Amino acid sequence: MNTRKQSIAAWVLAGPALTVIAIFFAIPVVAGLALSLTDFDLYALADLSTLRFVGLNNYLQLLQTPLFWQALGNTLYFVVVGVPLSIGLSLGAALLLNARVSKWQAFFRTALFAPVVTTVVAVAVIWRYLLHTRYGLINEALQGIGISPVNWLGDPHWSMPAIILFAAWKNFGYNMVILLAALQAVPREVYESARVDGAGPLRQFVDMTIPMLMPTLVMVGIMTITGYFQLFAEPYVMTQGGPLRSTLSVLYFMYEEGFRWWNLGNASAVAFLLFVLMFAVSWLLLRFDRDPEGAS
Amino acid sequence: MNARLAVWVVNGLLIGLGAVSLFPLLWMVSVSFMPPGAASSLPVPILPRTLTLENYRTLFGNLGMGRYVVNSLLIAVLATIISVSFNVMAGYAFAKLRFAGREAIFKTLLGALVIPGQVAMLPLFLMLKPLGLINSYGGAVVPTMASVFGIFLVRQFARGIPDDLIEAARIDGASELRIFTTIIVPVLRPVVATLAIFAFLGAWNDFMWPLIVLTDDSLHTLPVALAGLSREHVQDNEMMMAGSVVTVLPVLLLFLALQRQYMEGLMAGSVKG
Repeated sequence: MNTRKQSIAAWVLAGPALTVIAIFFAIPVVAGLALSLTDFDLYALADLSTLRFVGLNNYLQLLQTPLFWQALGNTLYFVVVGVPLSIGLSLGAALLLNARVSKWQAFFRTALFAPVVTTVVAVAVIWRYLLHTRYGLINEALQGIGISPVNWLGDPHWSMPAIILFAAWKNFGYNMVILLAALQAVPREVYESARVDGAGPLRQFVDMTIPMLMPTLVMVGIMTITGYFQLFAEPYVMTQGGPLRSTLSVLYFMYEEGFRWWNLGNASAVAFLLFVLMFAVSWLLLRFDRDPEGAS
Repeated sequence: MNARLAVWVVNGLLIGLGAVSLFPLLWMVSVSFMPPGAASSLPVPILPRTLTLENYRTLFGNLGMGRYVVNSLLIAVLATIISVSFNVMAGYAFAKLRFAGREAIFKTLLGALVIPGQVAMLPLFLMLKPLGLINSYGGAVVPTMASVFGIFLVRQFARGIPDDLIEAARIDGASELRIFTTIIVPVLRPVVATLAIFAFLGAWNDFMWPLIVLTDDSLHTLPVALAGLSREHVQDNEMMMAGSVVTVLPVLLLFLALQRQYMEGLMAGSVKG
């Protein structure tokens, strides 16, 4: 009797959340997979009877679309350069905050974290201005040390690096807090005894800190990689995907395919390809974590 | 000597990093008070020579910024209230109540975390269209009404509630629902605060979904409106900075006020990996 009541109460309490997740997430995901196998476009939007099943055609077509490959290349550039830079910054900042000699830790932790909670669109607007060729403070600072102005957001060679710098600034605080907590979990005595054994700071870092941080680093790496694969708002605001499509990301491509040209079938295929890619990379990283030497 | 050098290097680097982190935000505030055009001069001014509220006046007077603030607030508050309620209820059920399929459902939910939300966006748009939810607050709120992360967070916290407490109430004849409202909810208050700040910040800062679902200008949230304005007013840096201040300041202040709860949520969430 008691268990029956409990079971009813459980369904009543969990019901709303599960219903929301089922209707507004699970069903759309499955529908998305189905959608990616159709030629759903503007005509189908008006009249569903024009909808046709096209199998894997959208996927095959995409793999022959140069713009898709460009978007994929841009996104990989952003991930491959941006993720190590961001995590490197996070780790550096965490080590500084964890150093015994650091002062005003609470203040600095909050200050370095502040960009994380800000609105991407708003801070992208600020950075677009900071990166302005003529009136941007970044170029002015560079000129101060004798570097001629860079056309950050107007030159296809510099547009992605500029967005990467912005993303690193915006995001490094998040992983910093997580890594700092992991560092603080290492007892001071461990370092104490290493010092007694004559290990220098570098040896301590390589032989002790890094191995102890490894699980956290892998987790942080996976979270950051999956986050960075979803690049969208930054180029939308700062460059509109340009110049010369140099900052068009996969998600931006999906957005344009889906909500500008209304090729929803095609756009859905883009979304799933991105998902598969993210999943594969995460899976590889997890494997690497369980089997660090890559052997056996 | 070496130790003193270390003090200088560590704290010097921290000050440098702190300056880099905060400067863009402080400068945004400074430029927002400059008269139009003042920031487009060389050398680039750091502080306004004359303080003016003109940019804010234009934003709220001519460009309907007040409307966007209201939209953002309404959507964020609605998303917060609904998602916190649903997540707390479900999180408790998964932690403490026995029901068939509990573990399997929870594992499925955790597994679903690997699927990015964008995969669901296009079909969701098509689903909401016949329901009349495109171009409505409802459409913007719908996908945020419950989250696996939120359920997970509450479940972690609720597992710490002693079973004896619940069992004693059952023996006293309290109904399951009464136990939930009078015993569980008060105990869960700290996690409710954490959930609330995450939900609010998430909804306030969200961009892609509101951009897709709110096509009517009068329904735009602050980020969507700001992105649009920044395309039309490329030259009006001072005004765009004022717009950024209006968008960023509420969430920054909220974060500063509830920093402890926020960090607790961040740490708890990072354990899941």
